[in-house]
Amino acid sequence: MDAMSGKQPFEAVVRQHGPTVLRVCRAVVGFTDADDAWSETFLSALKAYPDLPAEANVEAWLVTIAHRRAVDVVRARARRAIPTDEVPDVVGPPEPDHDDDLAAALARLPDKQRYAVAYHHLAGLPHAEVAAILGGSTDAARRATADGLAALRRTYPPKGASR
Amino acid sequence: MTEDHDITALQARLVAAAERDGVLDVAYRTVDGPVGALLLAATELGLVRVAFAVEDHDAVLQGLADRVSPRILHAPRRLDAATQQLDEYFTGARTTFDLPLDWRLSGGFRSTVLHHLPEIAYGHTASYAAVAQLAGNPKAVRAVGSACATNPLPVVVPCHRVVRSDGAMGGYLGGVEAKRTLLALEAAA
Repeated sequence: MDAMSGKQPFEAVVRQHGPTVLRVCRAVVGFTDADDAWSETFLSALKAYPDLPAEANVEAWLVTIAHRRAVDVVRARARRAIPTDEVPDVVGPPEPDHDDDLAAALARLPDKQRYAVAYHHLAGLPHAEVAAILGGSTDAARRATADGLAALRRTYPPKGASR
Repeated sequence: MTEDHDITALQARLVAAAERDGVLDVAYRTVDGPVGALLLAATELGLVRVAFAVEDHDAVLQGLADRVSPRILHAPRRLDAATQQLDEYFTGARTTFDLPLDWRLSGGFRSTVLHHLPEIAYGHTASYAAVAQLAGNPKAVRAVGSACATNPLPVVVPCHRVVRSDGAMGGYLGGVEAKRTLLALEAAA
């Protein structure tokens, strides 16, 4: 049986990558929309799974699918949004064990930087993989990650916060 | 931990969505009983696999991914009827199983043999030679042995009732101890 062992059961994929993909979803679309993004990501992935090449990088593939969901969510939100100087409230009500300040700092990043930071630092994808997901060069992905992280370091933790 | 709790809820939601969209090709769960933990797996057609712990449940799931579909999720609800009937069987309250079965993991003469096994009544045994005769090929005694040894649906399809003609127990894919337990259970009921 080992000789023909191919793709692992999808349950193993969910267990192995589910928590990471949830952290990525929370970082890119915020806490409130993360559950929907996660669910849609794994349902799409389950449907396409039999056609995924056995040697594919499963985590990069999942993040690619999650990214498409994230872009949809962000676009839908932009259509709904009323122009304002305020940061849109994307983090929803406070949750226990949930760092609203970090979520708000992430939400304030330009989209591309937020994606790049999440995919590189939370999903652990190399810059080349991040570039493949976002489009553009590996250097551009590396720059977006570095700029995003630098911006986070300036805005988080908020001044005056005691930690 | 909050995140584990969240993931558990999301997994349940995924199972429901997969079932709704018809993409849950294989659902599985494990149940505990007098012969140890049994893995139960079902396609949309019916129960496709029952596996003893000695068969290595992870290896069995990988086999299902390779031979049926990798769209496999831990989804106990599809196995509700099988679980209930096995519970009844293990307490002596049930003597035959009434479940839709998906036979795709057995083929040819082995499949013919397995289809005849429910003719051996609860609490009785038959020799490998007698089963060969039942299956229409009296000389195929060894083939009956290999059919039983590779039965994808043990307990439910009662290969444990097939014993050697000299009265010895014979082998069992769940281990001889499991076979003894099942025969004792049926003899006592």
